[in-house]
Amino acid sequence: MLSRTADHLYWMSRQTERAENLARMLDVHYRHSLLPHTPEDFERQWTATLSSLGQLESFQSAYGTLTTANAFNYLAFDRENPGSIVSCLGAARENARAVRGSITSEMWETLNTTWLDMRKSTSRSAPAIGPFLEWVRYRAHLSRGVTLGTMLRDDAFQFTRLGTFLEGADGTARMLLARAQPGMELIDNATVPDSYAWTLLLRSLSAFEVYRKVYRGAVTPRRVAELLILRDDLPRSLHRCMQELHANLKLVGNEGSDETARRCGALYSSLRYGRIDDLSAQGLNVYLNQFLVTLADLSWRIARDFLLPATVY
Amino acid sequence: MAAYDEMLTADKTRRKHYQRYGEWLDTQSADVISRRRAEADSLFHRVGITFAVYGEDEGTERLIPFDVVPRVMAADEWRLLETGLKQRVRALNAFLHDVYHEQEILKAGVIPAEVILCNTQYRPEMQDIDVPGGIYAHIAGVDVVRDGAGTFRVLEDNLRVPSGVSYMLENRKVMMRLFPELFAAHPVAPVEHYPDVLLENLRSVAPVGVKEPVVALLTPGAHNSAYFEHAFLAQQMGIELVEGQDLFVRDDSVYMRTTMGPRRVDVIYRRIDDDFLDPLAFRPDSLLGVPGLLSAYRAGRVTIANAIGTGIADDKSIYPYVPDMVRFYLGEEASLKNVETYILRRPEDLAYTLAHLPELVVKEVHGAGGYGMLIGPTSTAAEIEEFRHRILANPSNYIAQPTLALSTCPTFVEQGLAPRHIDLRPYVLSGRDITIVPGGLTRVALRQGSLVVNSSQGGGTKDTWVLEQ
Repeated sequence: MLSRTADHLYWMSRQTERAENLARMLDVHYRHSLLPHTPEDFERQWTATLSSLGQLESFQSAYGTLTTANAFNYLAFDRENPGSIVSCLGAARENARAVRGSITSEMWETLNTTWLDMRKSTSRSAPAIGPFLEWVRYRAHLSRGVTLGTMLRDDAFQFTRLGTFLEGADGTARMLLARAQPGMELIDNATVPDSYAWTLLLRSLSAFEVYRKVYRGAVTPRRVAELLILRDDLPRSLHRCMQELHANLKLVGNEGSDETARRCGALYSSLRYGRIDDLSAQGLNVYLNQFLVTLADLSWRIARDFLLPATVY
Repeated sequence: MAAYDEMLTADKTRRKHYQRYGEWLDTQSADVISRRRAEADSLFHRVGITFAVYGEDEGTERLIPFDVVPRVMAADEWRLLETGLKQRVRALNAFLHDVYHEQEILKAGVIPAEVILCNTQYRPEMQDIDVPGGIYAHIAGVDVVRDGAGTFRVLEDNLRVPSGVSYMLENRKVMMRLFPELFAAHPVAPVEHYPDVLLENLRSVAPVGVKEPVVALLTPGAHNSAYFEHAFLAQQMGIELVEGQDLFVRDDSVYMRTTMGPRRVDVIYRRIDDDFLDPLAFRPDSLLGVPGLLSAYRAGRVTIANAIGTGIADDKSIYPYVPDMVRFYLGEEASLKNVETYILRRPEDLAYTLAHLPELVVKEVHGAGGYGMLIGPTSTAAEIEEFRHRILANPSNYIAQPTLALSTCPTFVEQGLAPRHIDLRPYVLSGRDITIVPGGLTRVALRQGSLVVNSSQGGGTKDTWVLEQ
């Protein structure tokens, strides 16, 4: 397929997935804001989220003071912020529009309707954040469903999936990172002071009920980390995302992409055969930061190998 | 002269082919119709059949208004039109071949040589190049109108990159969705196979020796106002939608940049004007084209549809000679009439025109989109005098035509159902044979009395029904 088409498909799905991840991330804060909390808690949590997204500085220069309203506005509704939910959904739609011939009409109509509805609901003033986040997740379910339900399993599908799982791994890692203080130990004890925060994290990743099913016990940081990083059967776990990324990368492989596939395979193997004890010894914060660096390298390599062939013929 | 009404005869009874539709319409309340119209709008928005409006708020996209009353044509009317269009396009292709080879028609003195050779639309690069099947205009969007007597006349032969066919297809889809009961009651000839015929034709004109030709559609990109149509057609045909940057030329062959490396392209259905196709040959500032494309084309390694240089056959200064072409190449009389046209380079036509300016339409031969035009009946005396001076300064730059009373068709407007002027653009496809999908795009001037059907000036569209019996 055309490299440019692959590029648009890849970014269409990355932006769609990113909007969903942001909605999940903001959902943690929304639920928090409904609970009793101290100003220090509040500031620490938002700072952690903004820095895990790499957007703390840009937020500060755009808004100055950190308030809940400012933070929600910046990450959900701000058209000036290319990393906000509305910007991601707009970019996803623009990418889809550029390749509307390569996706099914149903997919295009789903992404286009999301964008049209979003413009309508956010044109005058910001809507209530809770229902908006719910709506974003609902539209994400639709996008996923229409992709899986209508697309031919060809290279267009595989590039779409590459974007989805690369961004999926990125999102889960960042959400964990926002909770993982440097030097924090992965305690396997329910009496940790902020155990409720770990529960919220699970809920936002649609993993709370799964957790109960798998562990049948109290929510502990260690088990949460194990579930979200190492389990192969949780759709948003790092293991699962890397497995899919690796499989799809093999399917689209070309003459120049062996090294990228090898690096992807190495990261996948480390998750497949990794143990939570080793990870805990290394430190969750350190581990996650390293994971994100490797993922960024993969993302750069995928772009170079497939999406922007720089070769001058 | 009064306009011909497509639905009603002079004594206000319904024409036979509108009878069943009329009976159905009588049973519909205004409320139901207006609800269906709103439904149609939301369908068009969702599917994204919109065009970008430049210079307005970012992301502003508009719909071309769609009218739910179809334009219905009887089977015999269509047969007449179909025969005439095929004949006309056959002659136009023969003319293009001749102009770029022996130029017999110029030697015979049927068309003055300077009208062709001094025309900017004549491309000397095409001289003596053989194109597969001798076909130049693979896709022609011929604009046809009906005069006051109900006679079909050709207004313009669009042979470069005619657009609008996606509206023909989408209008039908929307109509079938909104009014399924009407299709059960009418033998409406289908149009859905247009992309299949187009693809088959494009494959049939691949360079000699290519067994499984790869066809691609070349678009200026997502910011072009017709982008929806480009993407739509590429998808319906299952071919790649490429931009100039996706293609490159090596050793006179054209390749696409793909995720698996370079892939050869044999046929390019281009939706970019000649001027922008190849910066090495035409406009050097064009970023839309492919450097070296003309050289690959001249080497016969790639087919471009429509061919380069077709503009010489649909130029306004050439239009008056089309009936002569039919006679010259086919030995037949043109069965589809032109609009009567005065060629102002001829002294007698010039004299007549100058004496009748208030009732004529005068057009600049290379003008388009209503620029450089005088519409006598709606102009002031001062405007007419000003134009008279322009004509006298360079008569051969102008043609003149009587002001036509385009036929009307009932259309929903704010006040309810009212007659509005329409035209018709059928799409004539030339490959091994000439095929016309029954129907075309009917455009309607929504403003009362207006004769301008262009979407940029308040025009809308209608579904076009050709009844099979």
